[in-house]
Amino acid sequence: MGKKKTPAINSSSTADIAFLLLCYFLMTTTMGSQTGLQRRLPPMPDKNQEVKDQKVNRRNIIIVKINSADRLLAGSEPMDVSQLKDKVKEFLTNPTNDPNLPEKKATEIEGYGTYEVSQGVISLQNDRGTSYRAYIEVQNELVKAVNELRDEFSRRAYGKSFNSLDEEKQDIVKKAIPQNISEAEPKDVSKK
Amino acid sequence: MSKFGNSNNKKDVPPITSSSLSDIVFMLLFFFMVTTQMRDTENKVKVTLPQATEIVKLERKDLSSYINIGPPTRTYQAQYGTDARIQLNDSFKTVDDIRDFIAAERDAMSEGDRQFMTTVIKADQDVRMGIVTDVKQELRRCSALKIMYQARKAE
Repeated sequence: MGKKKTPAINSSSTADIAFLLLCYFLMTTTMGSQTGLQRRLPPMPDKNQEVKDQKVNRRNIIIVKINSADRLLAGSEPMDVSQLKDKVKEFLTNPTNDPNLPEKKATEIEGYGTYEVSQGVISLQNDRGTSYRAYIEVQNELVKAVNELRDEFSRRAYGKSFNSLDEEKQDIVKKAIPQNISEAEPKDVSKK
Repeated sequence: MSKFGNSNNKKDVPPITSSSLSDIVFMLLFFFMVTTQMRDTENKVKVTLPQATEIVKLERKDLSSYINIGPPTRTYQAQYGTDARIQLNDSFKTVDDIRDFIAAERDAMSEGDRQFMTTVIKADQDVRMGIVTDVKQELRRCSALKIMYQARKAE
């Protein structure tokens, strides 16, 4: 019976090796996902193209200005950030069909039917001295207003919150309530 | 003295098997490998992200390029001051360098992915909008229009 057993490989060091690897990955990687507010910038106007005023009706536009002291002006009245959301919601829904608030245009949306889509555009202007914190705060309020409107719409139409809809229906809701936030050309707000 | 059957020898405590230890550590290792991503650059500017509630997740991390804006960290303050600076990749840059940076990032992507490229603006909450506006204007000029203002979830 001369067959010797092969000696077991000493595995006590694999733990050390694994620890070493683990430490390496802990050091060189970052945790978590990046989150933020997504935006689309308007394309740069062509230089040869003459600057023509975009034909946006005055009633269809709300100008939100932030000055260098982080104060807010929405429409024509100064207000606090906490009031902005309701103001924007009122602006976008125009519940009483006020002639000073944006007009609605009946649009055929595929898969839903016709819906009176608001033509309102929010124009956000800021000063060079505005702090980034205030800017993001205002952006956040604007997005929140749109998101709440979308949520209300999807509850009316489908009885579910916007986030629990499938992609197809989300697209319909997005078409019904577009997020028209224009980041205008930089302007010096303070001098006005 | 046979090797087996020495149960009467009370001094011989059986050793704890450490063979499963490596399995546990490997499990940890895989957990971290899956949930984390490589840190590509060293932060030279201090960035405290602003808070927001309506944030969305960045969908394609591999298709994003980062522009960091903020005051230099303590080690670099002697050299670069405390005013907000732009960091691209690993070094301090100016607004004019963004064009080359975006072009390089674009080149690194495949043709089909270029339209999905997102530029993440990672700015400190205390920087002034002037520098951010300059960056935005430059991005418009390079037609890198998809941007994201990085923010963290408000508690």
